[in-house]
Amino acid sequence: MELVVAQDVGKDYQAGDIIVKALKKINFTLASGAFTAFVGPSGSGKTTLLNLIGCLDKPTEGKLTVAGVDVSTLDRKQSAIFRGKNIGFIFQDFNLIPVLTVYENIEYPLLMVQNVPPAEREKRVMALLAAVGMTEQKGKYPDQISGGQKQRVAIARALVINPKLVLADEPTANLDHKTAKLVIELMKKMRDELKTTFIFSTHDPKVVGEAETIFTLEDGDLETRNMNGGKKNA
Amino acid sequence: MRNLFKIAIRNLMRYKRRTLLTASLISIGVIFVLTFTAVTTSFKNMMIGEITDSMLGHVQVHKKGYVASIDNLPLNLNLKAEQIKLIEEVLAKNTDIEAYSPRIKFGGMFSNFAETTTIRLNGIDPKKEFATTPRLTARVSSGKKELEKGEIFIPVLLSTGMGVKVGDTIVIVTTNQDGSVNGKQFKVAGILESATGPGGRDGYVHISDARELLRMDDMQVSEYAIRLKDFGKLYSFNEKMVKELSGQLNKMGKPIFEVHTWEMLTPFYHIARMITAMTFFIKLMLIAIVLISIMNVMIMAVYERIREIGTIAAIGTLPGKILSMFLIEGLCLGIIGAIIGTVLGTLIVYVLNISKITFSFAQHTGYVLTAQINPSDILTISATVIIVSVIASLQPAYKASKMEPIKALRHV
Repeated sequence: MELVVAQDVGKDYQAGDIIVKALKKINFTLASGAFTAFVGPSGSGKTTLLNLIGCLDKPTEGKLTVAGVDVSTLDRKQSAIFRGKNIGFIFQDFNLIPVLTVYENIEYPLLMVQNVPPAEREKRVMALLAAVGMTEQKGKYPDQISGGQKQRVAIARALVINPKLVLADEPTANLDHKTAKLVIELMKKMRDELKTTFIFSTHDPKVVGEAETIFTLEDGDLETRNMNGGKKNA
Repeated sequence: MRNLFKIAIRNLMRYKRRTLLTASLISIGVIFVLTFTAVTTSFKNMMIGEITDSMLGHVQVHKKGYVASIDNLPLNLNLKAEQIKLIEEVLAKNTDIEAYSPRIKFGGMFSNFAETTTIRLNGIDPKKEFATTPRLTARVSSGKKELEKGEIFIPVLLSTGMGVKVGDTIVIVTTNQDGSVNGKQFKVAGILESATGPGGRDGYVHISDARELLRMDDMQVSEYAIRLKDFGKLYSFNEKMVKELSGQLNKMGKPIFEVHTWEMLTPFYHIARMITAMTFFIKLMLIAIVLISIMNVMIMAVYERIREIGTIAAIGTLPGKILSMFLIEGLCLGIIGAIIGTVLGTLIVYVLNISKITFSFAQHTGYVLTAQINPSDILTISATVIIVSVIASLQPAYKASKMEPIKALRHV
């Protein structure tokens, strides 16, 4: 089943008098349950594309469908509701809420976005804490845990709403290689267990190899496709 | 909602020093307003009490047009027997009245047989007058605190100026309504201090003596002074009296009577109003303090947390909830400031009261300051602080809620 379909999707930015074409009429399709990487150098359009898929921005041209919804038709509030229901986010800088504990950070989307009842919340948060190996740190605040642990918490927070899609923008950029590999493996494990689609952007060649599907972006063009099919890790 | 408060409190605790400074600023404002209100209210109430309880009464009834000419003490505008009967019937059946006193007011010449000067006199029924203005006798600085026929209370101004002492005999000469002059000797029973400061020329004689001096064949009254059981009912009582007496019309179809509260009868009402206005401006200053300090803190809070706002917006938090988060933060700051300010303000007022600070008013000294904080004042001031805190947070909170997540996430 196709989860993301991009048809001639383009995105322009105005930089003073100059129009910068961040994405140039790109086309691709992503199946549900995929573990996909968008790679390319800085400024190639990776983050722009992830922002469009994540309904944080709208394409200038073309049609982008996520989970059967043309995201360019959603207004601000509808986009927020759509994201809260269907998309989990993992950020390069982890972006955990500093005043909330590990447990509360993971609980946040269930509590403040989806209004899930307390018993169900606890069940889901505890399950994910165990899955990412952070149960013992559940009472700690973000400034009391390491970068790798923060990203594990961020993964759990992204997954706690049972999203159709998790978007990770440079999730390993602030981690050492060993931790980065562990984080990618954790994401993959979660994909296998929960059947959630993962899309991440990176320019780290060591991490790229973990992806099953790789799209290469350069100067806003989707230039090559490399289908690993997960064989590398098999 | 509980979670929004939890997040707000934690965010406030995150910047402890800033929160403490802002809460302190608000608290100081609340303390200042509460103390100022308590002291001025006490002073105002004392002043009103002094004027109404020793001179004016709470409400007065006159013949229409009398108050406009009150400086001349016009005898031709006295109430006549039929009108007196009518008023007394109305007063007798009103359960809000504690006491009332008929007065004949007139001007005359005061002589100690060597010198002569002017005097304003009140012919009173002592029993009724002392019940209506219970602090009148407190103004008697020397002499007895009772007034009998043939006796007079004279103002301290005349006593000092003309060397008249208690027990001396003086002569009052006056002109009656027909223009004929009459005189009568009185024995000075007491020296009266002025209720409103130096310059008072009001004396008191028995109402029978006044009638004799003015050669009144029938009963006449210049005014009725009324004391209420509950001063808080002043306006409703006044309205009721106006309604009951306004139906009485003269032959020309115009009202016979006029009813005035104490406020219309003394310039001290304007001082009371000035005190109220000053309190209002002090409250405005408090509002400005709260508004500026909370707005400043909230603008900084939003600016410092732009990426956090971007994150929570990206993961689906609706703009309304983001707005609520910041409003509640401002609300909590206001509540903290209001609580601390109220507790400390109440404590300061308590200390002021146990310190027994004294002050003077008019000729009287040694009034003990009894600062009062009404629960309604606490409620009003606290509610104002809290509402203003929310209003001050509105702009920053709105800005946060309208932030584009993509731009917020890019913020460095």
